Amino acid sequence: MDLALRPLAAVLVSLLAAVLLPLVGRRPTVRETITITAAILKLALVSSMLPAVLAGQGVKGASFALGMGLSLQFRVDALGLLFALTASSLWLLTSIYSIGYLRATTSTHQTSYYSAFAVCLSATVGIAFSGNLLTFFLCYEVLTLATYPLVVHGRTPEAQAAGRRYLVYTLAAGQALLVATVWAETLVPGSEFRPGGFLNSQTPSLTVWMLFVLFVVGCGVKAAIMPLHGWLPAAMVAPTPVSALLHAVAVVKAGVFGIVRMVGYVFGLDTLRATGADTVLIIFAVATILIASIRALGEDRLKRRLAYSTIGQLSYIVLGAAVGSVAALTGAMFHIAGHGFMKITMFFCAGTVHTQAHRDGVKGLDGLGRQMPVTMTAFAIGACGLAGLPLLAGFIAKWNLGVGAVEVDHLLLVGVLVVSGLLNVAYFFPILFDAFFRAPTSDVREAGWAMVLPLGVTAVVVLLLGVIPDFGLHFFTLARLAAESVVTGSGVLQ
Amino acid sequence: MSAHLPALVVMAPLLAAVVVPLLGRRSPGAAHAVTLAALGFALAASSFLLSVVVANGVWRYAFAGWAPPWGIEYVLDPLSAGMMVLVSFLALATSIYAWSYLFASDPQRIGIFDSLYLLLVTGLLGIVATGDLFNLYVFLEISAIAAYALLSTGGERATVATFRYLLIGTVAASCYLLGVGFLYALTGTLNMADLTARLADVDDSTAKAAGIGLIVIGLAIKAALFPFHGWQPDVYTYAPPPVTGFVAAVMTKVSAYAIFRVLYFTLGGEPAAGSALVFLGWAGVIAILAGAWLALSQTDIRRMLAYSSVSQMGYIFFGFSLGSPIALVGALFHVLNHAVVKGCLFLVVGGVRWRTGASNVAEFVGMGRRLPLSMLAFAVAAVSLVGLPPTAGFFSKWYLLLGAFEAEAWIGVGAVVVSTGLSAVYFFRIFERAFVVTDDGLSSVRSNELPVGMLGPALVLAALVLLLGLFQQPLITHVLQRALPTAVS
Amino acid sequence: MRWPKCAVTDEMEGIWNSGTAEYFLTIVLLLVGLYGIVARQHFLRKLMAMNILQVAVIVFFITLSAKSGATVPVVIQDGHEINVASYVNPLPHALMLTAIVVSVSTTGVALALLIRIRRRYGTLSETILLAKLRE
Repeated sequence: MDLALRPLAAVLVSLLAAVLLPLVGRRPTVRETITITAAILKLALVSSMLPAVLAGQGVKGASFALGMGLSLQFRVDALGLLFALTASSLWLLTSIYSIGYLRATTSTHQTSYYSAFAVCLSATVGIAFSGNLLTFFLCYEVLTLATYPLVVHGRTPEAQAAGRRYLVYTLAAGQALLVATVWAETLVPGSEFRPGGFLNSQTPSLTVWMLFVLFVVGCGVKAAIMPLHGWLPAAMVAPTPVSALLHAVAVVKAGVFGIVRMVGYVFGLDTLRATGADTVLIIFAVATILIASIRALGEDRLKRRLAYSTIGQLSYIVLGAAVGSVAALTGAMFHIAGHGFMKITMFFCAGTVHTQAHRDGVKGLDGLGRQMPVTMTAFAIGACGLAGLPLLAGFIAKWNLGVGAVEVDHLLLVGVLVVSGLLNVAYFFPILFDAFFRAPTSDVREAGWAMVLPLGVTAVVVLLLGVIPDFGLHFFTLARLAAESVVTGSGVLQ
Repeated sequence: MSAHLPALVVMAPLLAAVVVPLLGRRSPGAAHAVTLAALGFALAASSFLLSVVVANGVWRYAFAGWAPPWGIEYVLDPLSAGMMVLVSFLALATSIYAWSYLFASDPQRIGIFDSLYLLLVTGLLGIVATGDLFNLYVFLEISAIAAYALLSTGGERATVATFRYLLIGTVAASCYLLGVGFLYALTGTLNMADLTARLADVDDSTAKAAGIGLIVIGLAIKAALFPFHGWQPDVYTYAPPPVTGFVAAVMTKVSAYAIFRVLYFTLGGEPAAGSALVFLGWAGVIAILAGAWLALSQTDIRRMLAYSSVSQMGYIFFGFSLGSPIALVGALFHVLNHAVVKGCLFLVVGGVRWRTGASNVAEFVGMGRRLPLSMLAFAVAAVSLVGLPPTAGFFSKWYLLLGAFEAEAWIGVGAVVVSTGLSAVYFFRIFERAFVVTDDGLSSVRSNELPVGMLGPALVLAALVLLLGLFQQPLITHVLQRALPTAVS
Repeated sequence: MRWPKCAVTDEMEGIWNSGTAEYFLTIVLLLVGLYGIVARQHFLRKLMAMNILQVAVIVFFITLSAKSGATVPVVIQDGHEINVASYVNPLPHALMLTAIVVSVSTTGVALALLIRIRRRYGTLSETILLAKLRE
């Protein structure tokens, strides 16, 4: 397929699946086949663009003209490809996992589930590949809409309340983002992303500040920057595969991706440093990291503890973007992928524990290490990775963040990284202790292959990425390329 | 034959309106077939006219060969031809819907209903096509009288609501006529193009301003602009669904078109027109907020949609008042979007009421399971009304916001953002009830969908909303941008 | 009829002769009509007021067409040069024929509605009917 058509094709393949699925309806096997096929195709399309991006050229996708000189543009650069690869590979794994999970929980409304999931992935890849603010905003809002049916999947009053809360937060943020996008469009017609920012230095400082606030609020809700994080713990009521992909990978990563795009490709680091906005962002990121980690200690339910862990980890990415040196940006962008794999491993494990042992609490997981060895080993790998232990993916990100902080003399941030690492250990270690060193309380068996295989794969990936960061899909190189292009102001998206 | 096409498009429904009641006595089916044929012809002919006008430029058609400015002429430019296509398309869709609705309830009346409906369509097509101010009044009243009769068929409460609408509507039309009289007294002509030339020679005076003001007020009342919207909620709530679906979709838009035509084309250079636009802009901003706010507290879904219409008309007038090309394109695109969306919403809501008797928001619990496809159409249309991507409503809002930013109309921007939030609240409330909340008794309810004749038009309109959003480029470049007066673009 | 001579009535005489009195008549009829529509409770009275309002507009147009010393605009003999000043402007008359027809049709529809309302509710009072509407 022609290179220019591939970005759009990657976006549309799951949209096609989403349309086909309701037509197929009640036949589970066909439903699952369509989903898996679409996931494989998407991953294939996305990774087929890897050579071009690694060579430094990127892929300029076809533009889609709208009225009055506006257009939707799709471009593939290193950052976008990183995000898209993470999302597509994890979608494939989550789809396999979903099959096992939904069958084990005999869930209803499965067609709308798979269909909405497919639309979400379309929107996510659209966000990754958007070349200007209009396209970004469009896909961002479609993501909001498409995730709502997934949040309220359980149809319980709790799910309903969570869905409502989700909508209030995200739609309000959407309006802020809308105003920001329109404003940016009037300042710079076309509003195309450019490494180093497209708002030139003549923009008055007040305008930059107001735009900054609007963008941060707009993307910050999805990125769960405190105090805009309120929707995330509540949304844990959704089924685990939903929590896994969306709240560990797609939705929240779209938010931090937006922040990184905004910092690097809309404003540019120079503009932010000149106005002092980067300091504000650093402060909020640090606050989020620390407060979220402390809050996680207080949570009794496993998924909610994971949610707060996510909130904290996401702000590593925000922090890296705000610090703005090459190493920090590399670490932040790499963490998009790394955290994705680590968190999804842990959510997969939480899901199998739920279906097999029917336990949702943080306490009471005694002896599961012996009864569900694969699950708990994977959980352990994920937890250690998030804490930043060497030889795992999380260490690479943290190391680069630390180096980057030192490069710009923000030594305090290294301390923050260390402290949060310790807090991570503090809230995961008790679980691991209970699982491996306590006696089992009831008879529990390991989950079926459909659920165990994906979590095994992601755990192995976490290990591999820790040892060879560039393994497989070249996440590290992509992160490095993107970071360099942002800092030097040159690169693919010209 | 095709040289007289402009006249034929308007006359075909009129001729059919005469024939249909006679047929209706013997065979409702034949009567409705004639109706559909006439409306189909109108649609085909107006589409052809649009393509001709887009390619070749303005087509001026003089009635009976009497040359303007003494004779009446029809002026077809991309704007009026586009409006003709819109009116006839919605008329056809609603007419297909009406058949299922009427055939079940009262087949004997189909002939009379269709006749009045065709008269209504004649009136609206005439308003859109004409280039003469008095001719506009005539067609305005033709459509109004037919509308009064149709709207009152919805039951006893509809009769009371329609009578009040009759009073207000007649006041509005008389106001308009008085304004036309003022301008006639000053210039001696009724032809729109001629008026522009002659009015330029007349000094600014109270009479001129009063004339322009009266015309604007008369049409604004018809368009249900705040604070003249009082007639709308009652009328839309009690009228029968096929009628509401069409009237809510089209009538107010045609009046908005008339204001646009008069203020931008006919009275283009006049300072009084500029002041009128400022007034309309402020009224529009207040309408945006007031309509959304009032809609929030409604329990009857039709009344909620009526107040939502007030809010959406506010967007259109706000766009008109901004005056830049992008704002005007946004306003016109919003006219298109709102017509299609409101038509779809009222058709679905009417169908739901017909099927299940539910008209309160609270009664929509589980409706997504009972009428899944109808509620899907409703959902798509509602998302467009709120203004979320990738529907046409998002893009029209985008253009309006761009225009507002360029003109630094910050209050307008704030109003748009706030009303989007409010409309999200009152529509997502319905989505929640329809799709998410489960009632225990409903787990065994099977789908009891609307008949194809009612469901089809709703789904087509919903699909159109999505298509208009994604494939808007040819429409905007070839039709809407050319619909702007030359002074602006 | 001759007004007694005084400064005020001289002016009034001037108004009458200059043809502006008809415009005052238009205004009076407009206001009467509006008042009736807004203030009267009974639907039939509102309808009658609406008619008066429409008549006001008709009077306005007819006044536009009047010229002092002019006659009915019918040409008796062809070929003679037509002195425009001696014929009343026929166009507003033609327009107002249409307007009268519109007025009559609207009144007809309105009366049909009123008959329906009266039959169903037994009253034509706005307050009672609005209350029933809101029920």
